[in-house]
Parts: sequence; C-alpha cells; structure tokens
Amino acid sequence: MYQFNVYRIGPEIKLGSVDISFTNASLFMVISSLAILIIFNLGAKKKTLIPDKLQLLSELSYSFVAKMISDTAGSKAKPYFSFIFSLFMFVLFCNMFGMIPYAFTVTSHIIVTFVLAAFIFIGVTIIGFMKHGLGYLKLFVPSGVPMVLLPLIVVIEIISYLSRPISLSVRLFANMMAGHTMMKVFGGFVISLGIVGGWLPLSFSVALTGLEILVAFLQAYVFAILTCIYLNDALNLHH
Amino acid sequence: MLKKIIILIFVTCLACFNTVFAAESGGMPQLNPEFWISQIFWLIITFGILFIVLTKVILPKISDNLETRKSQILENIETADRQKEESQKKIDEYEKIILDSKVKAKNYFNEAREKILDDINKKRAALEKNLDEEINSVENELSEFRNKSGDKINKIAAETSAELIKELIGEEVNNSSIAAIVEDQAKISKERKDVI
Repeated sequence: MYQFNVYRIGPEIKLGSVDISFTNASLFMVISSLAILIIFNLGAKKKTLIPDKLQLLSELSYSFVAKMISDTAGSKAKPYFSFIFSLFMFVLFCNMFGMIPYAFTVTSHIIVTFVLAAFIFIGVTIIGFMKHGLGYLKLFVPSGVPMVLLPLIVVIEIISYLSRPISLSVRLFANMMAGHTMMKVFGGFVISLGIVGGWLPLSFSVALTGLEILVAFLQAYVFAILTCIYLNDALNLHH
Repeated sequence: MLKKIIILIFVTCLACFNTVFAAESGGMPQLNPEFWISQIFWLIITFGILFIVLTKVILPKISDNLETRKSQILENIETADRQKEESQKKIDEYEKIILDSKVKAKNYFNEAREKILDDINKKRAALEKNLDEEINSVENELSEFRNKSGDKINKIAAETSAELIKELIGEEVNNSSIAAIVEDQAKISKERKDVI
C-alpha cells in the first residue's frame, strides 16, 4: 500500500494550526491541472479551419462533453458546461497520471473524491432549491405511487438522495484503489514466483494495465455523467 | 498430482500476500487523516485555478473556434451553391447562344441560296427569252425566205419549163398553164415533204 502513502514535499506549511503542506498528492493535482491547461491552451490557440492534432483533441473533448451534457441534462445545463468539463478533465487526468509507474493517484484517496462529490451534491441541492423553491422536495415524492407505500418510498428516496455523494465518491475511489492494488499484487507475484513462474502474473499485469486505463477513463466519464444526471434532477425535476 | 499443484499454488499465493503486505502495517493510508486538510486545500486551489482558467480563457476560445468553423463551412457551402447556380445559368446562356447562332447561320445560308437560285432563274429566264426571240425571228425569216423562195422557184421553174418547151417543140405554150402545172407539182412535193 506504499503507493497510496501521502508524504510531505518540501517544508511544512501551517495555516494557523492546520497543516497544509505541499505533498505528493498536491504535486500530482498541480501536474494534472497544468497538463490540462497546457494541452487545451495549445489546442485553443490556433484558429485554423482544418485543425491540427492538439486542436482536434481539444475540440473533440469539447464536443464530447457538450454532447454528454445535452444528452443527459438538456439545454438548461449549458451554464454548468465549464464546471462539468473541468471536473471530467481533472478526474480523467488524475486517473491517467496515476497509471504512470511510481506516480501518485490523486483520485485513489477517499477524501479527494468525497470533497468533489460533496461539492457537487451541495451545489446541485442549492441549484434545485433556487430553481424550484420548496417544490424541489417533490423529488422525494414520485408520482403514481399508492398512498400506503408513500411514506416508505419517501424515506427510501431521501436516503438515496443523501447517499449520492457517498456513492459517487466511493465509486471512483474504490475503483482506482482496487485497480492499483490488484496491479501491485500481481507485480508482487511476479517477483516472488521469479523467472520460472512469474510469466503468468506478468501477462496478467500487462492485461490489467490496459483494463486500468479503460477504468481510468470510464470512471472519469461515470463521475461526470452522474454529475449531469444529478444536475438534470435539479434542473428539470422529472419525478 | 493435480491436487498437489493446486495446494502448492495456494500456498505460494498466501506466501506472496504475506510478503507483499508484510511491510505495510497500519491499514489503508487513505484513512489516515494526517494530510486530509492539506489534500482538500490543494484540491480546492488546483481545481479552482483549473476551473477559472478553463472557463475564462480556454473554453470560450474553443467554442469560438467551433462556431467560426461551423459558420465558415456553412458560408462556403452557400457560396458553392450560388456559384453552381451561376455556372448553370452561364451554361444555359452559352447553349442558347450556340442554338441562336446555329439558327441564324441556317437562315443566312437559306437566304443566300434562295437569292442565288432566284438570280439563276431570272438570268436563265432572260436568256431563254432572248433565245426564243432569236429562234422565232430566225424561223420567221426562214419561213419568209422559204415562202419567197417557193414563189421564185415556181417562177423560175415556169420560165425554164417554158423556154425548154420552146426549144423542144419550137412553139410558145401559154405561160399561165405552165405556171399552174408547176404550182400543182410544188404543192404535191410540199405535201409529200410535210408528210415525211
């Protein structure tokens, strides 16, 4: 579990009595953000009719996220495009940088994903109450349910609503941690079985690397699309 | 044998797990709250900066790019359509001109032909008329001449026959009866000639 350790880089920084030192987690957050900014800035700089590779990359990502938002949350979600875009890119790049050997995976820490999820949860709730007032509470009362079942359903709905940030954060965190742990375990097998028996876990490791890259993308996508779905609930109140 | 191998693999796996996790006591580092505040702090800073820069600087540029591309492509398609229409119009005009000129050329040709034919006909008619006139006059002259010559021949024949008779018989015969005979003979010969 050494790869998940957080350690201080540089001096200890204290804000009052709180330790906010620069750690390896912070380093990889900075690296991911900088990579996103550099790639997309380069992609957005040139304004040619026929895009080059970086421009194509940035424009394709832009239209990908835009399509995802308009498919799940409709046109009302347009003002939140840039937030969801940054969220998706941040999670994606953190996941992907985590795939580099010896790198630290920011999203494999429950606190990071939980802060993101809690921010989304609180933001979505605020947006819902701002758009619909107290009518937003109708989200917990699905239509077409018999009166007898209603109290039970409302309780279940409230619990499911409140567990959204937890499920959202744990999904990402657990996926990332499990993948990296599995790769570590298979790597350990390679060492302990040596040159004779190590080939099988090694090939597993190779396959797992591909799978993990897929998971890294998929989890970022799931994170973003669930955010869109929550936003859709807040904006359109379908229940 | 198979059982043995399976047991062996199981034991090695256990041993591996032991060696892998032996050094790591203290459970998951994720649940160690020592750096939680620091992670939250840096997450807010990095994500905040990323969000602000993307929103204010980069995403508008990209959307601008996409918009201009879209509008430019639409514009280009429009101009292409317009030019196509124009070229079609030009082609139509060209074909019309060619058709017109063909018709005109045909007309010119026909006119010229008619004119020439007219001219030829007129000239021929004039020529024929001249020819007819000449033939007529010549025929007239000829017939006149013939008529006259007939009389003269008759006279000469009568005179000659009278003199011949005088020489032969030594007696003068009535001139008028000789002339009548000659005339008769001439008529007969003439009739014969006509029949022939």
